[in-house]
Amino acid sequence: MIAWQSVGHMRWGWFLLSAAVLILLPLVTDTHTPTLLLIYALFALSLGMMWGYAGLLSFGHSAYFGLGAYTYAIAVINIGESTGPLLLSMAVPAVVAAVIGAMMFYGRISDVYMGVITLVVTLILFKFMSATAGDAYAIGAARLGGFNGIPGFLTLNVPGYPELSLFGLPTYYISVAALLLCYLLCRYILARSFGRVMVGIRENEARCELLGYNVPACKTAIFTLSAAMAGLAGCLYANMAEIVTPAVFSLKQAAEVLIWVIVGGLGTLIGPILGAMVLSYVKFLLGEQTLIDNSLILGVLLIVVVLGIPSGVVPALIRVWNRYLRRKRKREAQGAARRRLGIPSQEHP
Amino acid sequence: MNSVVETHELTMRFGGVVAVNTVNFSLQERELRCLIGPNGAGKSTFFKCLTGQYRLSHENGRVLIRGTDVIGWSTHEVVRLGVGVKTQVPSVMNGLTVQENLWLSARRIHGWTGADGAVDEIAGELRLTDVLRRLAGELSHGQRQMVEIGVVLIQRPWLVLLDEPAAGMTGNEVERLIAVIRRINESASVIVVDHDMEFVRMLGSTVTVFHQGAILIEGPAVTVLDDPRVREVYIGNRAR
Amino acid sequence: MDYAGVVTLEILYMIAFLALTSAGLAIVFGMMRVINLAHGEFVLLGGYATLKCSQLGINVYVAMLVIAPLLVGIVGLIVERLIIRFLYGRMIDTMLATWGLSLTLIGLVTLYFGPSAMSIPAPIPGYQLGTYQMGGYNLFIILITTALFVAMWGVLRFTRAGLIARGAMQGPDVVAALGYNPRTVYMVTFTVGAALSGLAGGVLAPLTGLLPSSGGAYIAKAFITVITGGAAVISGTLSSSIIFGTINQLVSFAAHPVIGEIAMLALAIILLRLMPRGITGRFFRDGT
Repeated sequence: MIAWQSVGHMRWGWFLLSAAVLILLPLVTDTHTPTLLLIYALFALSLGMMWGYAGLLSFGHSAYFGLGAYTYAIAVINIGESTGPLLLSMAVPAVVAAVIGAMMFYGRISDVYMGVITLVVTLILFKFMSATAGDAYAIGAARLGGFNGIPGFLTLNVPGYPELSLFGLPTYYISVAALLLCYLLCRYILARSFGRVMVGIRENEARCELLGYNVPACKTAIFTLSAAMAGLAGCLYANMAEIVTPAVFSLKQAAEVLIWVIVGGLGTLIGPILGAMVLSYVKFLLGEQTLIDNSLILGVLLIVVVLGIPSGVVPALIRVWNRYLRRKRKREAQGAARRRLGIPSQEHP
Repeated sequence: MNSVVETHELTMRFGGVVAVNTVNFSLQERELRCLIGPNGAGKSTFFKCLTGQYRLSHENGRVLIRGTDVIGWSTHEVVRLGVGVKTQVPSVMNGLTVQENLWLSARRIHGWTGADGAVDEIAGELRLTDVLRRLAGELSHGQRQMVEIGVVLIQRPWLVLLDEPAAGMTGNEVERLIAVIRRINESASVIVVDHDMEFVRMLGSTVTVFHQGAILIEGPAVTVLDDPRVREVYIGNRAR
Repeated sequence: MDYAGVVTLEILYMIAFLALTSAGLAIVFGMMRVINLAHGEFVLLGGYATLKCSQLGINVYVAMLVIAPLLVGIVGLIVERLIIRFLYGRMIDTMLATWGLSLTLIGLVTLYFGPSAMSIPAPIPGYQLGTYQMGGYNLFIILITTALFVAMWGVLRFTRAGLIARGAMQGPDVVAALGYNPRTVYMVTFTVGAALSGLAGGVLAPLTGLLPSSGGAYIAKAFITVITGGAAVISGTLSSSIIFGTINQLVSFAAHPVIGEIAMLALAIILLRLMPRGITGRFFRDGT
């Protein structure tokens, strides 16, 4: 099998190392913030997969994150046990995405117009959820709570045993598992034909169609999968925060995930993950101080990255690393050639 | 009557302009046909009607490919019948290597295991072996045309539609192209759309001349290209 | 009868609000295919400039109609020179960079004016329409917006600058063919667009109040209005403003203001699905 340059490949060494670090992390630090970072990383991965490899830019990916969070809260209040709600929190965003995606892609909507539509979807959800205050707005036993959201619901428990809560450290490990599994899933898809068709669609949609691939169906499928992952992240977020508010649908949340992906690096899987983790952590640290406003720093950072490193930080770092490797190899080859010819080696400047 | 392509009263309008005017066209199996005509004559529009690139309905007429009515079909459905299409503007996946371009096309027909072999075979035939690892976007215009032709042929279509395949090619490349087209024609029917009369003369096939959306004249290249009406249509347009 | 009058005026006001706040974005999008996501903050800056001026004792009409557009225009010029001009042709990158700019501006505004809401009193008193108390200032806004669009149409149709602008809408090669440097034209366009945003902000400040986060509300609606309107600056913005403004207010009156907003957003999705190039991409071809 000839490796495809364009999708990258699985680096098992790094993966296992990262997994080990994540598993051992609780020994050295409290897991509250790391759990949040992992959740954001999963959210960013879902967008990065869809945008970086299929070329589908969603301006309102927060919609599926939020739907996952709200679905979990509403379902667990009504059902009383967490396994079903966990699955629903992936299914509901997936179904919504399938419908919206089909509508957009079979209608040949693309680019900027897709951006607007996806933005509008998250805005609608935001406005709607913000206005649902009062007892009249409830789904089953769950009051939607308007701007204040839904507090105090049951968090994840051992499947079948609602009394055995998984809050705290177990939720951290669940988040680790979720991120690692989703990463593996993405790698797997990219290594299969479907992943390659995705990349083909990103490069030249019309040509892919002329090759006989059903492009709208592929786009809808990837959009749905991405929404399911975002929904999972949202569900975990609800569990960690123990409250869901309309802020999950906000423009701010939608903007943040885009920024994580862009700064981290579009076109890689690890870029969005690192981007989310690093930027969220930086924001967390910045939030502690009031000298310079958060928005100011994030804004300047975004401008600088777009102007200076438009492909993102991770690809830039990879390029620098590759250049270093090439120069090192060249020097070694020159050194070997000199030895063969019997020329004494010079001092390198 | 072994027609591989037939159109019945095919009509296509853009606003007030009739781009294709009740065209009745037919192509036999294993035939090589050139569609020519000056710019705006409707040949490319006609071409796109055949390939599902417009949303047509039965008001537009009928298009039969090997007896199947493909009016209203989307592009990928038409391609899956076994039709290969090369568009006017060279359309390959620029960010992928030549090998990846070819592989993606081969995969659909030859499957995961057969695709690599098919890629090597086509690359050899079209002299693309040296550039397999290069990004398609970095190649010259003529080379990209060749890659696109490779991408089309690797699916072994029995009907091949080529829109201005020689555009931007060097003299050598054009000769190679003509040889390739003749070889394709040994196992598939071919329609070539072009407005370059010299290229068409070199191919030497039957020619259909389009003018203002309708077929003006049809016949062997030697007679048609020297026909005074055809010259007038070309020169008349140029003088305006 | 009075109620009909009230509803009509509210609809006209909403249309004017959308058109006024979208004008700057529409010019820049229609002529340069640039989507400036900091547009909301430009509007906001116009408002803050007016506030500062009125605090300094300057006549509020001068502040909102002259100083605000001038100041924000200058800001726009600086932004174009430092950021935008490197990103022409890269629509997504421009959107991201201007998003960054929007965050930066919010940060700066919060630093200088503080995070709490501020306001300017409306300079025109209210009046009675039957049993309803109406804001007189709304009429002023409707008037200003009408004057603005008439002026824009006039400039585009009858002046040389307008001809160049219409050429630019067709593409940079047309501008060059006319003998003008496209880069200069774009620079001026962006500046004018910024100035118009500043004007909108200044004019609306007495009515909406000022909060560093208000920019977000402006950009969302303006963005949707402009994209749905399509590339033609005047007819596009006006058509979508009319459609959205009417639906928004009618549904608001019939049901609830939030439902009105949601109806407007849902309508945007439907319109874009039916007309993927916007309203004017489908119906109007001459570019104005």
